[in-house]
Amino acid sequence: MISSLSFINQKGEILIYRVYKDDINRNEIIQFCAKMIATKENKESPIINIDQTSFIHISIKDIIILATTKIDVNVAMVLEFLYQLTKICKAYFQGNLDENCIRKSFVLIYEILDEVLDYGIPQIADANLLQKFIQEGGIQQETTINIERLRQLTYTLTGAISWRPAGLYYEKNEIYLDIIESVNLLISRKGTVLRSEVVGSIELRSKLTGMPECQIGMNDKLLMGKQARYNKQNSGITIDDMKFHACVGLPKFEKDRIITFIPPDGHFQLMSYRISENINIPFKVNAFYSEIRENKLEIRLKIKSIYDQNIYGTNIIVKIPVPKNSVNVISASSIGKAKHEVEEQSVIWRIKKLQGDVEISLNCEIQLGLTTREEVWSKPPLKIEFQIPMFTASGLRVRFLKVMEKSGYRTNKWIKYLTKGGEYQHRL
Amino acid sequence: MSRPSASTSSSSRSSRSRYGKEVKELQDALNQNKIESKRDAIRKIIDAMTRGKDVSMLFPDVAKNMETSNLELKKLVYLYIINYAKIMPDLAVMAVNSFRKDARDKTNPFLRALAIRTMGCIRVKLITEYLLDPLKESIKDEDSYVRKTAAICISKLYDVSPELIEEQGLLKLLENLLNDGNAMVVANAVCALLIVQESKGTTMLQLNPYTIQKILTAMNECNEWGVIYCLDALAMYIPEDGKEAEAILERVSPRLNHNNPGVVLSACKIMMKFLDYLQNPETIRQNALKMTAPLISLLSLGKEPEIQYVALKNINLIIQKRPIIIEKDIKVFFCNFNDPIYIKLQKLEVLSKLANNDNIQQILHELKEYTQEVDVEFVRKSVRTIGRCAIKLEKAAEKCVTALWECLKTKVNYVVMESIIVIRDIFRKYPRKYEMILKDLCENLKSIEDPEAKASMIWIIGEYVDTIENADSLLGNFSENFKDEPANVQHQILVAVMKLFLQRPNDGKELIHNLLKTATIECENPDLRDRAYIYWRMLSTDPELAKKIVFTERPTISDSSYTIENELLDKLIENIGNLSSVYTKKPESFVKKLRDVLNSKIADKIDDVYDQDQLMEGRPEDYSDQQGGSSNINENNYETSSQIQSQIQQSQVQQVTQKIDLLDLDENQPQQQQSQQQQQQQQLPTQQIQQPNQFQNIKIPFAEVLNSNTPGSQAQIQGLQIEAAFQKYGDKIVLDLKFTNKTQDKTFSAFGIKFNKNPFKLQPDAIEIQCQPVFPGSTQIAQSSINTNGPALEEPPQMPYKIQVALKTNLDVFYIFIPMSLSVLFSNTASITQQKFIELSQAQNMARKQEVLQIQIDPLKMKEKLERNYFFLIGVRKDERGVELLSYAATLVNGMPLLVNVIHTPTAINLQLQVPHPTLMPLLYQAIGFILTLN
Repeated sequence: MISSLSFINQKGEILIYRVYKDDINRNEIIQFCAKMIATKENKESPIINIDQTSFIHISIKDIIILATTKIDVNVAMVLEFLYQLTKICKAYFQGNLDENCIRKSFVLIYEILDEVLDYGIPQIADANLLQKFIQEGGIQQETTINIERLRQLTYTLTGAISWRPAGLYYEKNEIYLDIIESVNLLISRKGTVLRSEVVGSIELRSKLTGMPECQIGMNDKLLMGKQARYNKQNSGITIDDMKFHACVGLPKFEKDRIITFIPPDGHFQLMSYRISENINIPFKVNAFYSEIRENKLEIRLKIKSIYDQNIYGTNIIVKIPVPKNSVNVISASSIGKAKHEVEEQSVIWRIKKLQGDVEISLNCEIQLGLTTREEVWSKPPLKIEFQIPMFTASGLRVRFLKVMEKSGYRTNKWIKYLTKGGEYQHRL
Repeated sequence: MSRPSASTSSSSRSSRSRYGKEVKELQDALNQNKIESKRDAIRKIIDAMTRGKDVSMLFPDVAKNMETSNLELKKLVYLYIINYAKIMPDLAVMAVNSFRKDARDKTNPFLRALAIRTMGCIRVKLITEYLLDPLKESIKDEDSYVRKTAAICISKLYDVSPELIEEQGLLKLLENLLNDGNAMVVANAVCALLIVQESKGTTMLQLNPYTIQKILTAMNECNEWGVIYCLDALAMYIPEDGKEAEAILERVSPRLNHNNPGVVLSACKIMMKFLDYLQNPETIRQNALKMTAPLISLLSLGKEPEIQYVALKNINLIIQKRPIIIEKDIKVFFCNFNDPIYIKLQKLEVLSKLANNDNIQQILHELKEYTQEVDVEFVRKSVRTIGRCAIKLEKAAEKCVTALWECLKTKVNYVVMESIIVIRDIFRKYPRKYEMILKDLCENLKSIEDPEAKASMIWIIGEYVDTIENADSLLGNFSENFKDEPANVQHQILVAVMKLFLQRPNDGKELIHNLLKTATIECENPDLRDRAYIYWRMLSTDPELAKKIVFTERPTISDSSYTIENELLDKLIENIGNLSSVYTKKPESFVKKLRDVLNSKIADKIDDVYDQDQLMEGRPEDYSDQQGGSSNINENNYETSSQIQSQIQQSQVQQVTQKIDLLDLDENQPQQQQSQQQQQQQQLPTQQIQQPNQFQNIKIPFAEVLNSNTPGSQAQIQGLQIEAAFQKYGDKIVLDLKFTNKTQDKTFSAFGIKFNKNPFKLQPDAIEIQCQPVFPGSTQIAQSSINTNGPALEEPPQMPYKIQVALKTNLDVFYIFIPMSLSVLFSNTASITQQKFIELSQAQNMARKQEVLQIQIDPLKMKEKLERNYFFLIGVRKDERGVELLSYAATLVNGMPLLVNVIHTPTAINLQLQVPHPTLMPLLYQAIGFILTLN
């Protein structure tokens, strides 16, 4: 499987180097660093083969995580594993993964690497579980002495319900359900929708006693179809694809489309889904670029919020690309503030709050500086970031959420919806 | 034969002393009792190790801490041991006890698993044997966490000692784990069996309806990685019939909804393969369509780009095999502004596959958009994709040509050049159809630099000489630089001018004359010259026929050049999700077997750990020419003398059979007989020496010193494998050599040997080695007697201690390093008296050090073992606390004394080492450990 794993910084220095199989040597890694990382050639392809060694890498900001192998490995698995490994590291480092924390906690990382891979074969990559027995500075001695606890831990690690320890107890049983959708949109110059898609996820936070079985049903077309009592008008939405957390019983879902699971404790992502039909696009954008004089560019932008009046969009950021040689930008907007940000090569228009069904506008006059070379300006697309609470672009709704435990306790349930801008782009 | 001399500049001296001090500090910290100071020291050592610094000289100090009860400390020590065990196998032997103990710990399953996991990483044959018992127990451990670790450990050890693992029935035990009640154990067993299968080359995982059920059941309960191993195993199964295939598909298809892309692609792999076994077209369709959405989800915006890349590569294969799976969803393959270039290029690849008459308008619109971007590679590929669509779809060709026409008009250099190349193909596919763009093409002649574009343009002119009015002057311009052009352009000029002359003889007469002259007289390219000669003769014999030949109908081109052959495609489909699907190559073409790699030469391994940067050497700067030595035995079978003898006998038998075979080769025969006699003569005295001493000296196992893949110094030949070991037979030092010929057709003979200067002045008695010629596939054993009268090397022995040797054969000279144990160098004559011992132990210039050896041994047994190897007990006394102290001493062949005071404790042996120089310390420690463990 994986022969070696390294963490490398941007200069190509090895920060962590763990060998799992003897078929690789350090010089090969050093050569890769010198050739690919130092020269930035690694941007060309994440998977390359040099002299019969395959180098598979991902980049997390300034850190490159590299796996090598000499066999025809399942590369989809390796890449996913590398990403999960970064998640584990982030969980240990309070969300950061940079050179500093790696250098500081390299011992911890080695310890993690020893557990997550055995002979280069992924074993356990669940941050919650790992944290139960790998801690910076060693785990408490009591844990290692308490045989019963150790047994329980190994049972959980290898068991069928490896994500949930037994014997949990909460005074108050609560479950929080967040439906978070990202709208990915690509609109052509002429205003036609080239690609629209919602990538959503259901995030759960569970504080539940014992081993509860939960069921969730959504206004999913196939589920509604199965339950014949719904009429045709309310036929539900079409979900293209769903991906589930390991806790969801897949065969059962395949059979009756009800999501049944025993939740992990605490926060986790229950599922992600993708929807491409009938998406409620929240904004309509009109942008005109015109060169009014030589070296003078005018941009007129109109945005209309096309969601319900009772709903408010928040933290809306519109990035309007301008040429590199823009020097003097005068902008006037009906709402919010617009500012030319040179580093971004854009005019950034920030709007704190925007009610539904409202049209707003922005006018910019841009003075273009003289350039020595005539470079083509590859107009990047205009981008919008936003958040709209209580709104789902897909129209997805949770219809029921049941929690069943043998002790039969009552559970408080909280459900929240949020739509965010993902890759929301308009070509210009 | 020269050895790179160590740098002795003052700066390196000072850094050396600084690091020497650092090493000393680390040693002190490790020897303290406080866990914290030990932990800090090991942290520093591991940090140095990560940075590629050599910290191997701390091995004894680090290894001592193995038996700590602190789990974190233990893990760090293990990490260190894994790293250095391969270059210090004899020291690693000392770790065995600790592993055996931990693996049997009654309370902590993590400790047991840790020991099993780590000991499997110490890939030294010598040790494997000792680990089998604890491993066997762990397979039956009550804790599933230990069992799942044991399953993988078997595959680890199989890669080190396949024969042993098989003999001991461990593979059978591994197979039994498939029946384990725990899903993760089953999944790991599946994975381990597949690894063994790969390395062994025969089926290990018996796939039958029974095991398939086991695997399917386990798949429901194990974690995501386990699911992948199960799926990858299922993918190898060949279903009995369509019904069985369908039943398995039913169990597999729900996995398409898994969050892990590895699971999704592995599930697709099975689906794609098993669909071939289904008969009902509707069932096939339904099952095929189940893959659509999950595959597209892998390309969702926001998905990790590397995963998208793998998905795209696989989709490219999947749609070639079953286009129905992704027909409608072309929009997901549109490029996003921020996509990395490697994704954009793949998306174009898929788009050109998906293009059909219905969606071409949409795709073209998108492609035209891309041609305006700034990334040159992306733009060129976009233009090329337009061309591919034109060739693929006849009905849409006109639209594509229009799009290309627009590209020409942009006048952007690289867009124009790529367009010209593409248009050439279109003209070939659809002759005389799109002449309207010729005018615009010809306007761009000046800017063409790219040879391929230039050649394409000239071809186009040649093809349309009748339409392009000024073709003669255009071609005239190109011909001016004829001699400076690359070959492909020259060819096209020649062909085009020929066409010009044949169509418009008056305009082309002068041109073709000059050109043929230049091409036949001044050109060095034989292809070009030949073509020019042929043209010349054709023209002089029958111009009409020449016309027929030059303007003959050409085979049409199609888009098939981009599709993958069916045989390869099927192979790749079987490997969906794997590297081969990304490289679009069969796995055999890039995979190297682990065992082949393991056989690579020792020097490589040492480089691996040592790096170039040898700062932390722990070698004091004031080093004089005192000497020491140690050994390094590398991953080898522990062979007893009797085994060696039986091998010698075997090779004699072999020689006899060879003799019969070679009867008619009368020339060789007498010589061979003679040399055989010589060898026997030579063997006799050795055996005589060997017999009485057989139980005295430890037998150093052979180490592989030359790998059969390593070429000789003149790079003329490879295929000779040499194993060697320095031995002590009585008072004689002998070099045992074992030659194995791995070539098909070469014979090695006329062996000679020479040593490089070395600290102990070792040299062979004779340069020639008495040895039979080694025929292909055979093995010969030879010996060379060693004396200590050679030239001295004024440098200390490195650890591990090796002698550089040049080995001459009839075919090439090989330079090799042969490891040596200090125990070989103990003199059997010069013994030290008690008087002398006391004197020496009080001498100022002796270095002293305390060491602990984690071995439980009876004092009497120890005495016997040491004395057999000329390490003599001098006296026993009690120290001030009343502890019994045993004094041992040995003399090295150069007269240097080595003193050891030993205190036995119930669990270990405390050693007080005294040597004339600190560098001898680790070497002596190693030798003692070696004598006590191996003997």
